[in-house]
Amino acid sequence: MLLELKDIYKDYLQDKLVIPVLKNVSLAVEEGDYLAIMGPSGSGKTTLMNIVGCLDKPTSGTYLLDGEDIAKMNDKQLSNVRLNKIGFVFQNFNLLATQSALDNVALPLIYAGVKKAERREKARIALERVGLGERVNFKPTQLSGGQKQRVAIARAMVNSPKILLADEPTGALDSKSGDSIMELFSSLNNDGVTVIMITHSREIADCAKKCIFIKDGIIEEDTGRI
Amino acid sequence: MIENIRLSFQGIWGHKLRSLLTMLGIIIGIAAIIAIVSTIKGTNEQIKRNLIGSGNNTVKVELRNSEDEYGESQVSALGLPEIDKNVINQIEEFDEVESAVVYHSTSVYSGLYYKNNSLSNGHVYGTTAKYFDVAGLKIKQGRGFMDSDISKYRKVAIIDNESLDAFFIDGDPIGQTIEIQKEPFTIIGVVTESEEFEPVINSEEDYYSYQSEAGGNVYVPYSIWPTIYGYDLAQNVLIKASTTDEMSKAGKTVADYLNSQIPQSQQTPAGQESAAMGDQETLTDVEGDKGDADISGEGSSSKSGISYKAEDKLEEAKQLQQLSTATNQQLIWIASISLLVGGIGVMNIMLVSVTERTSEIGLKKAIGARKGQIMLQFLTEAAVLTSLGGLIGVIAGIVLAQAISKLSSTPVAISVPAAVLGVVFSMLIGIVFGLLPSRKAANLNPIEALRHE
Repeated sequence: MLLELKDIYKDYLQDKLVIPVLKNVSLAVEEGDYLAIMGPSGSGKTTLMNIVGCLDKPTSGTYLLDGEDIAKMNDKQLSNVRLNKIGFVFQNFNLLATQSALDNVALPLIYAGVKKAERREKARIALERVGLGERVNFKPTQLSGGQKQRVAIARAMVNSPKILLADEPTGALDSKSGDSIMELFSSLNNDGVTVIMITHSREIADCAKKCIFIKDGIIEEDTGRI
Repeated sequence: MIENIRLSFQGIWGHKLRSLLTMLGIIIGIAAIIAIVSTIKGTNEQIKRNLIGSGNNTVKVELRNSEDEYGESQVSALGLPEIDKNVINQIEEFDEVESAVVYHSTSVYSGLYYKNNSLSNGHVYGTTAKYFDVAGLKIKQGRGFMDSDISKYRKVAIIDNESLDAFFIDGDPIGQTIEIQKEPFTIIGVVTESEEFEPVINSEEDYYSYQSEAGGNVYVPYSIWPTIYGYDLAQNVLIKASTTDEMSKAGKTVADYLNSQIPQSQQTPAGQESAAMGDQETLTDVEGDKGDADISGEGSSSKSGISYKAEDKLEEAKQLQQLSTATNQQLIWIASISLLVGGIGVMNIMLVSVTERTSEIGLKKAIGARKGQIMLQFLTEAAVLTSLGGLIGVIAGIVLAQAISKLSSTPVAISVPAAVLGVVFSMLIGIVFGLLPSRKAANLNPIEALRHE
């Protein structure tokens, strides 16, 4: 089992009021899985994603990633997990506007302490993988929405993580660009990358091998393989 | 790190006007400090140059009465041991002394004439040919003293340029006769400084100080001295120190040595003027003891307080330098306030920058940047910003110093350590004032930071 969440509770404190967001969530994802998480706004799917992505810690419950207990890790160790095991893709791309596509993709490698020449080479390969080999020196402003998301995916994949986490990856794209992003996800999944994505759209969720539906912090249905 | 510096420059370049305005406080502060330091250094160098003169490292060791602050009155040397060849040889043995010569001297305000022109405010020296070597003077016209001038008590005189001007001698001065204490002396030579020394004159005070120094000197053979000025005038020693920096030490060594030759009853512990000033109490103590010992010797009690003292130009220069430095250091403190204000400006802009780039920070943390790496990035940015400001400030300061020098004709000397220190200090300001914003950036919660638009 690549990641295993057991009895996860997550509460937020707002004006001295404890607001439960996740209630007893258990989830297991195997290596090579392609999982879609669906649910209405405020259902807790982003919170679940943040916990899976090691950006947040659960209030209670255990989370084992690759056999390691995330709850026991300190800030530095969590950073290292994010750096080496997880790749993030966001709805609004989150690219650095002043940097070229190549520099954006190479960014995680800086934190991994990779030397400059190797960084550029790896970033170039990652960009070619997402079909942007011709546009390595373009700034994000010179790219279309779909191309920006491809750069973001290249950035997520450049350090060869096991897991790709995507939060509404097609939310800001037209359907045509969205489809090509989904094709890219499937292709990455076929290469062995575990993909977990949040989406609103049933159509997008259908691209995944598995889908879970979350409502009010509880997993309502586990559809299994479609 | 290199990546961080590159990113910092990119950031600065991306916000040219903002960066410039942020740096302005640092630029002004550093520029002001560099200009002030350059002026201080220039003034100090000028003081040293003016006081030490042509740099021939000569020090006069003269017999003085410690109660006579200005050393104007003549001191009777009655009862003191003679400074003879052996003593001079002994003095020349000291490491810091290159050469030494004995001389008599007196200030003259009257009694020195050429026809109807008198030399007032000058000096008459009784000495030998060696004096000119030690003092760094060379014969410009005529000849120097010969052994026969000394041994045969010839009434010959050598004058310097200032005396020549004062006497208004037309034509060739050699062979002309001047009158010293009503005795006729034949001019046999004219001396001049062997190294040309042009004092820098910037103000009226400077001008007058040189005028009074340059009163004009007349040199006569050592042997003829007693005939014109009597036998009991003090013998003094002119020494040439091996280096300029050893002038003070050489002067003190020789003065101490000469004082140790004075018989116990007449000796005072004071070797140098500065020492004598501080040791008033010790002085009276010793005098008290002496009073007990020398009840019979009436004459000696009047001589207590006489000792050899080296004129310490280096010390004089130091004191003047300290005065000018102390005045200007106040200005440095005022300029430092500008640096403080500049630092706060940098902190402010860095805080704005952190807020502006919240989502960037969130992203970087999400993709695996550690707290320390985020902090380092912002610290580097602040340090690069202020270092750049410091660098511009140093350049502006040098330009400013040159401009001040041109406008008010004060000398400036650019201090390289001050310039380096200026840039380093600017960098430190960046690090100190960048600390708070950098910590803020590093401690951002990545989830909230990512959500920030």
